[in-house]
Amino acid sequence: MAVLVIAEHDNAELNSATLAVVTAAGQVGGDVDVLVAGQGCGAVAEQAAKVAGVAKVRVADAAHYANRLAEPMAALIASLAPNYDAVLAVANTNGKNFMPRAAALLDVSQISDIVAVEAADTFVRPIYAGNAMATVQSTDKVKIITVRTTTFAKAEAEGGSAATEPVDAVDDPGLSSFVGEELSKSERPELTAARVVISGGRGMQNGENFEMLNKVADLLGAAVGASRAAVDAGYVPNDYQVGQTGKVVAPELYIAVGISGAIQHLAGMKDSKVIVAINKDEEAPIFQVADYGLVADLFKAVPELEEALAKLPKN
Amino acid sequence: MKVLVPVKRVIDYNVKARVKPDQSGVDLNNVKMSMNPFDEIAVEEAIRLKEAGTVTEIVAVSIGVQQCQETIRNALAMGADRGILVKTDQPTEPLAVAKILKVLVEQESPEMVILGKQAIDDDCNQTGQMLAALLGWPQGTFASEVKPADGKVQVTREIDGGLQTVELAMPAIVTTDLRLNEPRYASLPNIMKAKKKPIDEKTPEELGVDIAPRLTTLKVVEPAKREAGVKVESVAELVDKLRNEAGVI
Ligand SMILES: Cc1cc2nc3c(=O)[nH]c(=O)nc-3n(C[C@H](O)[C@H](O)[C@H](O)COP(=O)(O)OP(=O)(O)OC[C@H]3O[C@@H](n4cnc5c(N)ncnc54)[C@H](O)[C@@H]3O)c2cc1C
Ligand SMILES: Nc1ncnc2c1ncn2[C@@H]1O[C@H](COP(=O)(O)O)[C@@H](O)[C@H]1O
Repeated sequence: MAVLVIAEHDNAELNSATLAVVTAAGQVGGDVDVLVAGQGCGAVAEQAAKVAGVAKVRVADAAHYANRLAEPMAALIASLAPNYDAVLAVANTNGKNFMPRAAALLDVSQISDIVAVEAADTFVRPIYAGNAMATVQSTDKVKIITVRTTTFAKAEAEGGSAATEPVDAVDDPGLSSFVGEELSKSERPELTAARVVISGGRGMQNGENFEMLNKVADLLGAAVGASRAAVDAGYVPNDYQVGQTGKVVAPELYIAVGISGAIQHLAGMKDSKVIVAINKDEEAPIFQVADYGLVADLFKAVPELEEALAKLPKN
Repeated sequence: MKVLVPVKRVIDYNVKARVKPDQSGVDLNNVKMSMNPFDEIAVEEAIRLKEAGTVTEIVAVSIGVQQCQETIRNALAMGADRGILVKTDQPTEPLAVAKILKVLVEQESPEMVILGKQAIDDDCNQTGQMLAALLGWPQGTFASEVKPADGKVQVTREIDGGLQTVELAMPAIVTTDLRLNEPRYASLPNIMKAKKKPIDEKTPEELGVDIAPRLTTLKVVEPAKREAGVKVESVAELVDKLRNEAGVI
């Protein structure tokens, strides 16, 4: 048996979400190979080779993999997949883009967003915004899987010494081209990897008020997130959205400020270890999942929180 | 150009799904059903392209039980021109849906298919990408802007780091994200008009598509419940609890 993990990276660095996929792959069983597809991605391949539990790193270095567009990525994955029992990728906007395309090229189903591996062919995945957990068994010859990385421990980034070998690029289908990117810049940790997340909702009233959350975030080393309503209203960019159809986070501490707690929002954060809710409406559903609820006006409570945290002696 | 818009009938987004006691699935008896919200956005986008003069005809397609007709009627009331119902009582996986849509695309020859990015029941986020693969078309997934021009289409996509713009050859697949548009409500006169718009009925067998599932659902259970928490009276108490009880700050 062998399984293939598709590395998530930006051509320079291996994204640590890949480490959780390596763990999931190990649970499926067999040798774990990693595919690094990109352009000038040699450094990523070196990092992948050091990951504990990786047998082999396969590198496809070509211009048409530079931005990991779905059409060339899926063609490449479909060409390699027949030698594997399973192919796994991070369930982020890249994996969600190219993996189903690869699955269809192989005439197999995809198992989306798995949170547990029960057996080599049996997986658990959330459905209905996480209000139900389905255990599904696949009859396909190769399992195409995306992994919800918050529920798997990360494999050790160091300690492995896998061999690295090039794989032939597959011709670019030439259907799509990259035009440009507008990436949010932030000095704060990445939302899905942060130990602490503080999110704001419609209650924040505007984008400027998010500055209050930024200040708390900086004191806690936290990432800042948002509800859909806050994103739709233009307070913050789309990549802040936490929820069923945004990012799924499971930090040690999640602080929801001015968020009512709709099903779709809860789907993205209810696996956080400790949840705090600050809301002026004591009936708000967010309090049903909060470990600590504070019924208060956020415009008073958040500055107070900032002040209290600033005074806190370092642990 | 002609656009095909697949619309799925799903549990209404305001309803919390309940697991059946026998763990066989989610209980949909007497539950409000609606058009998948992302598909409303897809219909809206097609209508806007029609209003802009780019699109000439919008065909709404739904695959599933007889009641999916209502979902198609909804799309017609919003402004789609005609419908196709592919009737089956079997549950369909995204791969099967994509195979059915592929045959319809071959029959209808649209230049674009606009789907939702994700059905809020199965949360799969697969069908559009699979259809693109089966047709050998490019895909613009999670779209927040769609600009067709000169036989190509530029799609701005919501990605983890922000926004990405790609240019696709036509014909192409687009899947919608939340910020693409705000779907309109159907007006009463348009609801009346929609009753006269034609809906074709077909079956997967007629289309020659094998919809046998590849996945067997062994069980469906409720997620682990969170322990009920406490209310704190002040920020000071909150900070104290977070430090000394939870140990997270
Ligand atoms: C298809 C679909 C997908 C969706 N996906 C997502 C998703 O991924 N993520 C997501 O978050 N949502 C999602 N939603 C939207 C979701 O249904 C809710 O509409 C949204 O989460 C509400 O955001 P909110 O809590 O910020 O706003 P509201 O529900 O308006 O709540 C605002 C809260 O702020 C409180 N408040 C106001 N002023 C103050 C104050 N001064 N001090 C303290 N509290 C205050 C209010 O009491 C209220 O509880 C989706 C919806 C659909 C249909
Ligand atoms: N049974 C169906 N009938 C019509 N459209 C569907 C059906 N299933 C999926 N789709 C389309 O595919 C999109 C993505 O669904 P999914 O891949 O199941 O998350 C939906 O938003 C619809 O546009």
